[in-house]
Amino acid sequence: MPVSLLWGVDVYGQVYSLSTAGQQWEQCRDAQMEFKRVTAAQQCCWGIACDNSIYLNVHASELPIRYQEETYENQRWNPVDGFSERLLPSDRWQWSDVTGLQHQPLDGFQLPSSSWEWEGDWYIDENFEGEPTEKEGWTYAIDFPATYTKDKKWNSCVRRRRWLRYRRYKAMDTWAKIPSQQTSLPDPFSDISCGGWEISEEPRGRLSLWAVSLQGKVWFREGICHHNPEGSSWEEVLLPGEVVQISCGPGDLVWAVLWEGQFIVREGISRDCPKGTSWATVESPSPDVGAIHVATGVNVVWAVTKDNKVWFRRGINSHNPCGSGWISMVGEMIMINVGLNDQVWAISCEDRAVYFRQGVTCSELSGKAWKVISVPRDGDRSHSSASGSSLQSAGCFFSGEVRAQSVVSDVESDTEKGSADGTGCLITSTSPQCFVDAPTENSSILPSDTPKPRIPKVTSDSFISELVSDREPGKTPRDIVSATPVVIEEETFLTEGEVKAPTAGLALSLSQSGSPIDPQWSNVDLEEVQNQQAQTGAGLDCAETCSLSSVATYTLAMEDPYGADERPLWAWISGGGCSVDTHSQLNWFNSAMNTSSLIQSVQSMSLSVSPAQTAAWRRQIFEQLSERTKREMDNFRHYEQAIEQSVWVKKGTMQWWRDWKPHKWIDVHFALEQFSGPDGNKDGILFIYYNYYEEKKYLHAFINEVTILVPVLNDSKHTFAIYTPERTKQRWPMRLAAATELEMHDWLALLNISCCDSRGIQGHPSKQAIWSITCKGDIFVSEPSPELEAMPYPTPCDQMFWRQIGGHLRTVECNSIGIVWGIGYDHTAWCYTGGYGGGFFQGMASSTDNIYTQTDVKSVYIYENQRWNPVTGYTNRGLPTDRYMWSDASGLHECTKTNTKPPSQWTWVSEWAIDYSVSGGTDREGWQYAADFPASYHGYKTIKDFVRRRRWARKCKLSTTGPWQEIPPIPLSDVSILPCAAQSTVDVVPLWAISNKGDVLCRLGVTALTPAGSSWLHVGTDQPFKSISIGAASQVWAIARDGSAFYRGSVSSQSPAGDCWYHIPSPAKQKLKQVSVGRTSVHAVDENGNLWYRQGLTPSYPQGSSWEHISNNVRKVSVGPLDQVWIIADKVQGSHSLSCGTVCHRLGVQPLEPKGQSWDYGIGGGWDHITVRGNSIEPPRLCLSSLTNQSAPTPPSLVPVRSTEVNGSAVGC
Amino acid sequence: MADDKDVLRDVWFGRIPTCFTLNQDEVTEREAEPYYLLLPRVSYLTLVTDKVKKHFLKVMRSEDVEEMWFEYEGTPLKWHYPIGVLFDLHASNTVLPWNITVHFKSFPDQDLLHCPSNSIIEAHFMSSIKEADALKHKSQVVNDMQKKDHKQLWMGLQNDKFDQFWAMNRKLMEYPTEEGGFRYIPFRIYQTMSDRPFIQKLFRPVSPEGNTLTLGDLLKEMYPTAITNDGEQKRYQVVIHGIEPLLETPLQWLSEHLSHPDNFLHICVIPTPTD
Repeated sequence: MPVSLLWGVDVYGQVYSLSTAGQQWEQCRDAQMEFKRVTAAQQCCWGIACDNSIYLNVHASELPIRYQEETYENQRWNPVDGFSERLLPSDRWQWSDVTGLQHQPLDGFQLPSSSWEWEGDWYIDENFEGEPTEKEGWTYAIDFPATYTKDKKWNSCVRRRRWLRYRRYKAMDTWAKIPSQQTSLPDPFSDISCGGWEISEEPRGRLSLWAVSLQGKVWFREGICHHNPEGSSWEEVLLPGEVVQISCGPGDLVWAVLWEGQFIVREGISRDCPKGTSWATVESPSPDVGAIHVATGVNVVWAVTKDNKVWFRRGINSHNPCGSGWISMVGEMIMINVGLNDQVWAISCEDRAVYFRQGVTCSELSGKAWKVISVPRDGDRSHSSASGSSLQSAGCFFSGEVRAQSVVSDVESDTEKGSADGTGCLITSTSPQCFVDAPTENSSILPSDTPKPRIPKVTSDSFISELVSDREPGKTPRDIVSATPVVIEEETFLTEGEVKAPTAGLALSLSQSGSPIDPQWSNVDLEEVQNQQAQTGAGLDCAETCSLSSVATYTLAMEDPYGADERPLWAWISGGGCSVDTHSQLNWFNSAMNTSSLIQSVQSMSLSVSPAQTAAWRRQIFEQLSERTKREMDNFRHYEQAIEQSVWVKKGTMQWWRDWKPHKWIDVHFALEQFSGPDGNKDGILFIYYNYYEEKKYLHAFINEVTILVPVLNDSKHTFAIYTPERTKQRWPMRLAAATELEMHDWLALLNISCCDSRGIQGHPSKQAIWSITCKGDIFVSEPSPELEAMPYPTPCDQMFWRQIGGHLRTVECNSIGIVWGIGYDHTAWCYTGGYGGGFFQGMASSTDNIYTQTDVKSVYIYENQRWNPVTGYTNRGLPTDRYMWSDASGLHECTKTNTKPPSQWTWVSEWAIDYSVSGGTDREGWQYAADFPASYHGYKTIKDFVRRRRWARKCKLSTTGPWQEIPPIPLSDVSILPCAAQSTVDVVPLWAISNKGDVLCRLGVTALTPAGSSWLHVGTDQPFKSISIGAASQVWAIARDGSAFYRGSVSSQSPAGDCWYHIPSPAKQKLKQVSVGRTSVHAVDENGNLWYRQGLTPSYPQGSSWEHISNNVRKVSVGPLDQVWIIADKVQGSHSLSCGTVCHRLGVQPLEPKGQSWDYGIGGGWDHITVRGNSIEPPRLCLSSLTNQSAPTPPSLVPVRSTEVNGSAVGC
Repeated sequence: MADDKDVLRDVWFGRIPTCFTLNQDEVTEREAEPYYLLLPRVSYLTLVTDKVKKHFLKVMRSEDVEEMWFEYEGTPLKWHYPIGVLFDLHASNTVLPWNITVHFKSFPDQDLLHCPSNSIIEAHFMSSIKEADALKHKSQVVNDMQKKDHKQLWMGLQNDKFDQFWAMNRKLMEYPTEEGGFRYIPFRIYQTMSDRPFIQKLFRPVSPEGNTLTLGDLLKEMYPTAITNDGEQKRYQVVIHGIEPLLETPLQWLSEHLSHPDNFLHICVIPTPTD
């Protein structure tokens, strides 16, 4: 689990965050002022500060937020000037957007706010649809608007070019004020809630932000996404009543609490309409007591009523956002927050501590029990400093308000001034609800009263009910606001507030009672008051106010209740960015505020993390055991053993996919006989006993001939395949099915041990290992022999032995010093820890250290198919010959929403949702149209389309174990590690990656000892990239989304990120999709499955000259440090069957023939990925005497030498 | 880098070189040669001494043969203790091989249990495993196993098949990660100078405050005199499988790695040799 943060605000307005890996609250020291509310997402946190403005804190990321501004310069040809900026009157602007309709001069672009900065100046884009243009970047056409080409023709009358400039969001990790909108915001905000990021993945980083104003209006922030974190504007949302608090879940749930105590639920929230369309009403859980607080998650709603009772809403889902009924829960809370994975936090009414709801799982959303989070705040360690700082901060906090208050007292003393002010009548009733004010009033109005008797506990609802009872029945809050406040009433209130202030009730006025009473006694515009004060030149700046005696008095008053008790008192909590799930281990609960807890945490770390291996006790045991062996056994080896070794047989029953036609599953007996060979090696034989026409027969395989055991994805059976070299040639493995998954895993683990034993393989894979991944996400490694790349007779690759390593990945890349990175289906980056086993390999087949939990998330897709008929239009009634109306992609298998199950070991983590990201595009409802099934689909309806389909996706999650540790936080889509051996272990190894959004990244601090590296360096590009590879001499090649290649110039150890991209056109009419760079050679694969070799690479011209075709039917290529070429081939014909996704090795690759001659076929099908970039074992050089005059140079010095070979005499270096 | 798995192998393949000598009082037809054997530390005497029995029966008349039993320096050896425990308890710090005297007469009924067949050993072994699992997992794991799984454990021990045994035994060593260990640690503390056969009480691997408990913590509670205080002469050795783990070794780790096949951690407290 990556580390994520829980945010909280204490009653003093200090903002704190608690890391899921941490054991103390860290104060957000950057906050210049005090905050009332915070609401967090994973990438940022929003807050309302005590100036009632909204602030945004975007968490720093190694991926900058940058936005590409573009504008077009348009020119027309005339006979006199040639191309000039003089356009026809009917033409577009000289500077315009891409359509030509919008006037966009270069100097017309402004930064959206002070949180942005320009990255550089405007420059001309010289890449036109993957092709480089002439130096000036012009593209030509006959007339506007038209098709542009990069070549000037005789009839080119107009031309245009694109200018680009980037701006960058700079206010990272700091609270940046959202500029207020002058026009439409009459009153300050009182509540804020963000969520909605699961509604749609486009645009990236989209968030819904809902805010409530003091007058009870609700506002929606438009346009928040990754490259516009601040959003663009506030839109008012019409309401059936006055809202006091709102909560927006990660999905499409938005609930709000009305002043009267009911809830309103937003309906109609969808991908196209994140704002929703209408409100539905839900009554308060108890008829007598209204609700005051609500918290929504993905599938849950929690609420608090005015008596602090906690309620859980039953039956919530996205079809029924209102749910079906309330369940009363234990605990008395003042507020609740639901974070990621529907985890719940709350602040207790009694002690204002933060509680975590334990045991919340997707099957038990209401959890089991409240558990207090008892971690200290930073600075709490030392008693004196803690109390000091809290007092000090309290002092500062109130000083700001004293300023406002002093004006208030002015107004009080001078009613004329107040009433002249227009809103002044309201000012007199100032904001005690803003909890900051209450004590100030204390101090300023009743300074002598500080040693007041304190009421130990005043619950806010009694406070509210008193206030409510003051109101005349039938009067709306607005009425009261408009009524001129009576002095008596105000005094009563102040006394109330004053009594409460020094008690725990202090913060209640903000977080709980605050909202409901806000509209009534609100100081409508605090800012205005302050302005006014500034204008009148009261001159009470902060420093001065601090010195006011009232503050000092107040401090004294505060000292008692809070000084003695250092426990944090919380006012607000937000878990929207906090990722906790059932697998997480949290350190939040067992920590006490003493040193022993520290020691304990250190100890527990030493147990679980890496130093365990070096712990003294463990060393002692290892040493003593080997001493014991010496002492008790070494001199007595000639003694007879008490127990003689014998054959050990394990038997079982299974089903076998029989080899002859008709193929079908038949019941067989399965046996593994193991024995010790004469040389002490273990060996074994596998037997499959079956009946053939009543006759008992058997099939066998020697364990030492088995090359791989592959778990096979099969919905109905627990199957695995056993290959030998012979069966790999046939493309026909032994297929077996066990009765249960557990049984299959037991067999696989046992057979694996047996195979490894017979080949003498144990422990972790070597640094030279070849890694591969199946389409199921299973990871396999093979130990290369020196003969694997031998010339001219390499080891046939169907003889390679593969063993499985725990974990689940989509991509794996390695290099020859043992650095291995993987990328999961959910784009999470993983780093290999040096262990082995994991997954179903437990006990003996697995290392005990370096195995961690690994999770992955993928989508399962089904299709909804419809046919058009003239009467009813599109319906789910198809022709009798049609495919199932709910099917898989092929249409051959029926897949309904209810009968589709996640793959075994995977669990659903979302509901079915329409998938709009289908190639070919969709309409607004996700439909794709075609003339008939099966056909090519398009995303719009035409007159000829009689059928349509849409894809539904549902996410499922796997939790397994393996030797992998997560590298948060940036999700990746590709990674490449310098393939060549480094000189020493401390040498920094270049590692490049592509984020899942197409950003190019360079990892810093990667060494053999720290394979995970330290941080990312972002490398700017003008378009998203999709593949990257770095060669032995730091040649970095990449493929952009438009299918063209790029070469990165000047990459070296001094300049790890290089300086600029050189654009390299793709092969004619082909779009490249993947590239791999070995020692010197560069290979790329295009989207049509062609493998290309880059010709003409020289040290002086590393970009090369042209692409040469090598092969088709290629899915992926991996070029190793010996320039060996391995691929995943799409189709390979065996003697019995055809396989797709097969590992193949290029034979005959030599310095003078880098393209090689033919393919040798290895394991497959169903393989998705291979990397040979760790295999730097030079083959024995027997037959190469004629070619080895360069005598096997070491890799780093190889590049020039090798290039000479490639280019013959052309390069004389 | 040594792996914890190697500890399991070392424990399993621990052997004690033993010299079996026939008791001089036994009536023989000719002189009995001593018999030398490597005994597995984790097994049981009567389970691995078929060869010894055969060897001595060759020189004896069948009417003189009663149930075989073993004795070391006057102490009858309890077959139902693992061999390693017997050795550590009675014979550590002595010269190897271990000299065991074989008797076929005057079975000491008050000291030893009878062992008419291997099924008695099996029953004893399985009941130990079940008892241990009751402590570790409220018997949940062992009860979930099938009969053949139980058989696999026993056959693994009987035939000295490490892989066969551990393929099943690993299930008994699992625990929920959030708990940090077993419910209770199955352990027995043996001492030579007491009438009590051994100490066995409930003890958790993790303290209520969440601290990992160690071998030292266990001894502090069960056998405080075994711990050498600062400045004191070391009076006792705490021996498990012939080695002396440091007192700060976590108990949970010990239980997972240094338990005998019966799933108990057998700890011997013996006086420090005076030499």
